[in-house]
Amino acid sequence: MRTFPIGGIHPQDNKEWSKDKAIEVLELPNEVMIPMIQHIGAPATPIVAKGDKVLVGQLIGQAVGFVSANIHSPISGTVTSVDAYPNGQGQRRMMIVIKREGDEWLESIDRSTELKRECRLQPTEIIEKIKRAGVVGLGGAQFPTHVKLSIPDGQRAEVLVINGVECEPYLTSDYRNMLERGEMLLTGVEILMRAIGVERAVIGVENNKPDAIKHLRDIISRDNYRGIEVMPLKLRYPQGGEKQLIAAVTGRQIAPPPALPISEGAVVCNVSSAIAVYEAVQKDKPLIERVVTITGKELKSTHNYLARFGTSLDFILDHVGGLPEGDVKLLNGGPMMGRSIVDTSAPLIKGCSGITVLSGQSVARGKEGACIKCAKCVSVCPMGLEPYLLSKLAKLQKWDIAEEHNTIDCIECGCCSYTCPSNLPLLDYIRIGKQTVMTNIRARAAAKK
Amino acid sequence: MATRLFAAPSPHIHGGESTKRIMLDVVLALLPALAVSTYVLGLRVLLITAVSVVSCVAFEYLIARFLLRREATICDLSAVVTGVLLAFNLPAGIPWWIVVIGALVAIGIGKMTYGGLGTNPFNPALTGRIFLLMAYPVEMTDWTTSIPDALSGSTMLAEVKYNPALASELNFTEMFGGYMNGSMGEISALALIIGGIYLLWRRVITWHIPVSILLTMALIAMFYALGFGGSLVYELPLFHLLAGGALLGAIFMATDYSTSPMTHKGMIIYGVGIGVITMVIRLWGAYPEGMSFAIFIMNAATPLINKYCKPKRFGTK
Repeated sequence: MRTFPIGGIHPQDNKEWSKDKAIEVLELPNEVMIPMIQHIGAPATPIVAKGDKVLVGQLIGQAVGFVSANIHSPISGTVTSVDAYPNGQGQRRMMIVIKREGDEWLESIDRSTELKRECRLQPTEIIEKIKRAGVVGLGGAQFPTHVKLSIPDGQRAEVLVINGVECEPYLTSDYRNMLERGEMLLTGVEILMRAIGVERAVIGVENNKPDAIKHLRDIISRDNYRGIEVMPLKLRYPQGGEKQLIAAVTGRQIAPPPALPISEGAVVCNVSSAIAVYEAVQKDKPLIERVVTITGKELKSTHNYLARFGTSLDFILDHVGGLPEGDVKLLNGGPMMGRSIVDTSAPLIKGCSGITVLSGQSVARGKEGACIKCAKCVSVCPMGLEPYLLSKLAKLQKWDIAEEHNTIDCIECGCCSYTCPSNLPLLDYIRIGKQTVMTNIRARAAAKK
Repeated sequence: MATRLFAAPSPHIHGGESTKRIMLDVVLALLPALAVSTYVLGLRVLLITAVSVVSCVAFEYLIARFLLRREATICDLSAVVTGVLLAFNLPAGIPWWIVVIGALVAIGIGKMTYGGLGTNPFNPALTGRIFLLMAYPVEMTDWTTSIPDALSGSTMLAEVKYNPALASELNFTEMFGGYMNGSMGEISALALIIGGIYLLWRRVITWHIPVSILLTMALIAMFYALGFGGSLVYELPLFHLLAGGALLGAIFMATDYSTSPMTHKGMIIYGVGIGVITMVIRLWGAYPEGMSFAIFIMNAATPLINKYCKPKRFGTK
């Protein structure tokens, strides 16, 4: 069975807490807060003002420039405020607050549940529809999908790689999507193949989800989805990393930055994003909701909710019986790469595939010791870096040497910190080093111009 | 009780490995050898090991607390490992006070002068052993209290060195099981290999260092035997792997984290280097055994190996 070539770890997957919970539609909140930045790139510009009436699916934030994404209203009602509010990390961001009145949808949106498989649109038309619908990578990166699909001149896509790995412990939203919305997913994959002009798509799924693999294979043969293959992958974190997944599926390694997947003819898209693409292209439905896992060992109940964006985390947490008492870590995402949430009034955003609640022992970090040069961080690094060295260099502020040792290759998967027997915060320092080096590289490039 | 929200950068979980657990694993892996040694050489083995361990831990504590004025990290068990390994490198009949001096050199000069765990360039236990070998050469090579009817007065390495044909007369089963002369920890190949397998299984060490050392030694011994007309082509390599400190060194001493390279490629270069130097000393040098010196010399080369042996960067050929 295939997997990526170097490094990697096997954290306990903890998916049993929520994997058997079918997707439930979460009750609509009375108010939503919609950040204008829920993607990589420039923030969208609000195009509604206080007092405006909006419908579900109506454009309320206009993308600025190519790398940006449209933002749509997830509920119908009245805009009550356009102002800066704290996000989950406590940083103030421009948000549009809407008070809900009923659930009125834009008429152009096809709300029927039947599968619409046929698509005769041209690639440019497909990409335009995806762009208009504000689709971004739902695996967590939030990279605008239309940018990924716009193949640069002189390059050609050969294979579409669909990410059904979900290697983050705890999270099960992609898994539930594969099981329950397989037809939508596969139709979305067909549309994506058409958009980038490839004959072959591979859906990579780790072999801890045999039922998802079987289910998708059954639909493919039953409904004759041509050129789509489901490839079981050996369980290993961080298989869902873009470069790791391409290497696992195609055997090809993307060259170090700034090379992109397309340099090896690959375009990668997450399974949930493929479903969003299907809805955007076939149903004219903008990205206004997603499947999100709410999980944690000490939660009263765990769920896979289909929830509208902008729903406050407080609202969601109330539905699962509140946070446990004592020391708690609330994460946007899973425990390996998720971000700590410090403000529970913050809204659900596009990239949030799950909310993981850690409690008790797992909240605090272990006591730091001395580096014993055990080389475990070197052997688990999936990018072939030397985390102990990069961390030390950042600590000593030796940015140039850190650059020579390729610190910008780091994908921040956290394998090094996870594995360190001395509990060293390796990734914390490497991140600082990486950011500083990237700033230096950009400054040099700007100076050259 | 109220809910308290914690924030930190990712990752938010840890694999649960700890320095203490790794050191404990090394100690556990050394227990079979200790047991065989005690059985063959007598209870004095336990006494010497205890003196060594207690002195190492005590010196680390005293130096950290009163000279460096910082928290003593004796709970990480690394001083215990140094203590056991130092004892394993000594003859069972050694006076106890020499062991204490060895422990002071091992911990004081070999480890704490550089800043403690993880910073020392040379294996502390070896530092202690080599110091004792030079300071107390008579006591360090006195094997008379060992097995009475085995080759006495000197180790087999010394005997075979000047008379390689002896290798054909040796009882390899006895050597393998522990009935041979040598330092306390060296005598049972079987026990050391069991410990090595345990360390591999626990992923405390990888195969790269031990295998490259032992393979290099076996190959050199084989070529040496070929030069003799080929009559000992199998016996001589086997003898060199089982005799002296080959297994103890390859499995437990050379694999010391802070003094060995960080990449697999580097580990193999380091291992081959140790194998070559050991055999050069054993076959042509003045000493019968060269394992300690070989590891010591390659310890010195480790920073250089680390500088040039980088892991394979993802996306490069």
